[in-house]
Amino acid sequence: MMLRLLVTLLMLCLSSASLAAEIETGDATLDGAFEQLLDRDFEVKAQGITALAASDNPKTDALLRGILEGGLRYLTDNKRLVWVQTHADGDHAIDALSGEDYGVYTSRKFKKFALNNAMRGQIRTLLAAEELSNPDPSVRLNAVKSMLDTVQLSDAEQFSKLLEKETDPAVRKAFGSAIALAQLNTEDPKQRHTAIAALSGQLEPTVRNALNRLAQSDPDEGVRVDAATALAEIEEKVHFYGYIETLFFGLSAGSVLVLAAIGLAITFGVMGVINMAHGELIMLGAYTTYLMQQLMPEMAGLSILLSIPTAFIVSGLVGIAIERGIIHFLYGRPLETLLATFGVSLILQQLVRTVISPQNVPVSNPDFMSGLWQINPVLSLTYNRLYIFAFCLLVFAGLFFVLKFTRLGLQVRAVSQNRAMARAMGVRSARVDALTFGLGAGIAGIAGVALSQLTNVGPNLGQAYIVDSFMVVVFGGVGNLWGTLIGGLGLGIANKLMEPWTGAVLAKILVLVFIILFIQKRPRGLFPQKGRAAEG
Amino acid sequence: MVRGIQKLLRSGRVFDFVAPNAAKDLDLSRGTVLYMEDVSVSFDGFKAINNLNFYVNAGELRCLIGPNGAGKTTMMDIITGKTRPDTGTCWFGTRLNLLEMDEPEIAQAGIGRKFQKPTVFEHHSVFENLELAIAGPKGVWQTLRASLTPLQAERIDEVLELIGLSDEFQRMAGALSHGQKQWLEIGMLLMQNPLLLLVDEPAAGMTHQEMDRTVELLTSLAGDHSIVVVEHDMDFVRALNSRVTVLHQGSVLAEGSMDQVQNNPKVVEVYLGE
Amino acid sequence: MLLGKILKGDHGGKVFLLILLAVMIAVPILNALSPDHPLYLSTYTVTLLGKYLTYALLAIAVDLVWGYLGILSLGHAAFFALGGYAMGMYLMRQIGDRGVYGNPVLPDFMVFLNWPKLPWFWYGFDHFWFAALMVLLVPGLLAFVFGWLAFRSRVTGVYLSIITQALTYALMLAFFRNEMGFGGNNGLTDFKDILGFSLQSDGTRIALFIASGLALGFGYLACRALVKSRLGRVAVAIRDTEDRVRFIGYRVEHLKLAVFTFSAMLAGLAGALYVPQVGIINPGEFAPLNSIEVVIWVAMGGRATLYGAVLGAISVNYAKTWFTGAFPETWLFALGSLFVLVTLLLPRGIVGLWRRREGE
Repeated sequence: MMLRLLVTLLMLCLSSASLAAEIETGDATLDGAFEQLLDRDFEVKAQGITALAASDNPKTDALLRGILEGGLRYLTDNKRLVWVQTHADGDHAIDALSGEDYGVYTSRKFKKFALNNAMRGQIRTLLAAEELSNPDPSVRLNAVKSMLDTVQLSDAEQFSKLLEKETDPAVRKAFGSAIALAQLNTEDPKQRHTAIAALSGQLEPTVRNALNRLAQSDPDEGVRVDAATALAEIEEKVHFYGYIETLFFGLSAGSVLVLAAIGLAITFGVMGVINMAHGELIMLGAYTTYLMQQLMPEMAGLSILLSIPTAFIVSGLVGIAIERGIIHFLYGRPLETLLATFGVSLILQQLVRTVISPQNVPVSNPDFMSGLWQINPVLSLTYNRLYIFAFCLLVFAGLFFVLKFTRLGLQVRAVSQNRAMARAMGVRSARVDALTFGLGAGIAGIAGVALSQLTNVGPNLGQAYIVDSFMVVVFGGVGNLWGTLIGGLGLGIANKLMEPWTGAVLAKILVLVFIILFIQKRPRGLFPQKGRAAEG
Repeated sequence: MVRGIQKLLRSGRVFDFVAPNAAKDLDLSRGTVLYMEDVSVSFDGFKAINNLNFYVNAGELRCLIGPNGAGKTTMMDIITGKTRPDTGTCWFGTRLNLLEMDEPEIAQAGIGRKFQKPTVFEHHSVFENLELAIAGPKGVWQTLRASLTPLQAERIDEVLELIGLSDEFQRMAGALSHGQKQWLEIGMLLMQNPLLLLVDEPAAGMTHQEMDRTVELLTSLAGDHSIVVVEHDMDFVRALNSRVTVLHQGSVLAEGSMDQVQNNPKVVEVYLGE
Repeated sequence: MLLGKILKGDHGGKVFLLILLAVMIAVPILNALSPDHPLYLSTYTVTLLGKYLTYALLAIAVDLVWGYLGILSLGHAAFFALGGYAMGMYLMRQIGDRGVYGNPVLPDFMVFLNWPKLPWFWYGFDHFWFAALMVLLVPGLLAFVFGWLAFRSRVTGVYLSIITQALTYALMLAFFRNEMGFGGNNGLTDFKDILGFSLQSDGTRIALFIASGLALGFGYLACRALVKSRLGRVAVAIRDTEDRVRFIGYRVEHLKLAVFTFSAMLAGLAGALYVPQVGIINPGEFAPLNSIEVVIWVAMGGRATLYGAVLGAISVNYAKTWFTGAFPETWLFALGSLFVLVTLLLPRGIVGLWRRREGE
């Protein structure tokens, strides 16, 4: 039985090549092309593809793409070209030209077109050439760009024609590059000179490779020099964008530092409380994000957005509880606060270990956070870093606004400058203290939401940031929000600038040593508080 | 061997006299203890001291008055090395350039300063406060090895008597009254054997009896020491019965006896006008 | 005579030294009993006690600078670890060719990293006297340089605390690097002998315990003598009002530097005694958290008393050992609550319960 089946199959395969007019579409050109496509000789097949592309049938593009992607099949029984469409009751065959549904077929009945890599490349080029005249400019642009790698001298003429008709500036520029790239291969050194001039300053790797080839091995001395100059110019630009990228990495690393430190800038900087549980308040924010995602697993984006206020409230309430329950009794004894809040940090760590899990928990990134923003061929910025940076600025601005323009902010500043006087003026300092601490703690919670998108969320998350946070606040100048912002971003950038030379660990060590030495020079940080009050 | 080293170090105490202690190094031949000339200093654009010229004679008692922000405390900061002026010169005697010395050097050279807010060592007894202030070498090793000689103990008793705290010598300084702390601080200055005493607001927070005793104390000290007293309380200044310098906006407005100064129209305008 | 002078008026100190002496006599005797005897003390416990004693010495060092000088050092674990590393390097050299790779010159981790020869900074550590010198000199020198910079620029208060923390953090990161030549992540371990005696033998363990006890006792006396001297009283004066001290003619930065450096050396000594007893030293010892813990021992026991620091170090560590054994799941709750409650209810530490002096 098995054997017989095999023999039949074999027979079928053999016969398929020999039988004429295996596919009938009703269009003679197409039929001829497909006949060639089914030949066993790959050269004949290639001719078939060229013939197919040359046909003026409006569905040519779709058919070519179907062959390339494998969605286009033909049926042996009625010799029609069909699309495979999967429905609940099985795979339907839909006529590729008329759109008629032939009903369910078993997968064996669908015949595929055999391709090799050369043919795939051929189809892609043909499709791109088709797309060059697509009405949508962005499709045209992508088409030109995808052709740059394989552009031939012979293509130049076609591009020039297209360029004449082209109106979109970006596409025109791309055509220009393509023509110039093609002309790099001309016999005439003068034309090659012009082509190089046209390509100067372009960052595509293809351009750089082509220029590099010319600079190395062009027979003409002048062209070699020219190409080398153009190449050096481009490399300089690439370097420049490299710096921009480092700067961006630095800013994003810095914004993480700022986010982690900014809550501390309130509790430590403004109130003078050494809160060792600050890291754990960040951790609580990160865990809030995790729990929100567990509550609404389908909506990663929404859950992140909702996590921000929730984390603020959760950490803020815990902060107020810490202030009312412990710190409140310890004002004026900063070092004892350190001790007690250290105890709190141990308790909070153990709390998430016991209640949630001693292991790290998974927190997913919503779609809008993944992917990257391609600015040019050598510079692309990842969205999650961009968002974190923007978020950091937003949080800073919000906090700044609260402290500068709200009643609470005014009272906070009054109490931090002169508690007794503020009290005499009718400020309820105990309430202000609790709210201020809650504000700082809540901001730490928000930072936790952001950090959950970048690092592992686990019981030790907070400890990783507590030292850095204190560094940033002290470096920036205690009691100065701007100092925290500038200090954090500056340290982030310094860290990333050094990393290529020193490696990540040594860069961090150097930053720490720098802070130690910097404090010698300016014992009160980057932006010290001024006036007699600061002398104490 | 250890004993040998100890002996050597103890014999090193001979050098104590070389240390710039009190009058040894000073040239007072011209009778002037302190010269401040053309001194200016500004903080963030605000001129706290503006072209100030100020001299103190040996053994003189001088009062310094002026409205708030006139630069009185800043001037003391400059003399004691806490603040460096932008321009000008500041000499102690004719040989010691105060601008090249730091606070401990200036203190060792013989300038003592009482702060505006009484500042004593609150966790030490009155006796210990005076002991720590004793004139003499104050290096690390000498301080570690220091023990009280009978002569020094006598000196402490003397000062205790002078500042009227003989009965309180065992009490913690933190437990003293405000006025007593002021006296203790003055006593600590006296232990240093200074030539010049800068006394910032000694009468603040004192009762009338205490003030009278302070006047007595300060006038009795004049002669042996030069004293500059900064004070707001005019009765107290009048009681001191000394030459008065009026500071205004960082420079000297007027100088003379209390009566002269009080009748000076410029002074009247500064205090009463505006 | 000298002893009497130092301990004059220090009742707590006398009690502490007597207890220490009694323990140092009793422990070897109890250890020598037959294992079936109800009072038998296992060698494991002896080593544990020895470890506590080194912690106590570290706590005294911290109390000296924090309690009496007002410098809250969040970096004393660094000095402790440096002393430990110096001792660890000596112990590494004593392994000789008994390592896993059997290389007669290079320690195992250097063979593993394909290092051709011993780095220069390992020279001399074959000799005990050299290592012993380094145990004091390296932390002392670091404290001297660091303190010279910081005190000269008058960095005080929280700023100073934070940069001491930066110091120990930077050292931790540095020692994690393999390139530093101190065994990277794994640190130094697999020690065999000290001064020719096997570290595994009961006798050596007892000897190390006694050495720790002696170091603690003499460390205490040295600190007490210092605190009682005029220097100690000036230190307290600096703690209370630094400016006043400066304006009566003391070079505050020199005095601070001297006390700070001495304290760092004590911490180094504690680390050196700690390492042979626990059998390992790795960069984790530099962790900023460790320094904070030491501060907590001191606060717990009672600041500015010295013996309070000892009491704090031993009781917190004993509580830790007991809690981890009794409630392995929730011991951090217990420890955390302990810190919170002690600060709120016993602001002057355990010692404050019976000590009502010094007008604080």
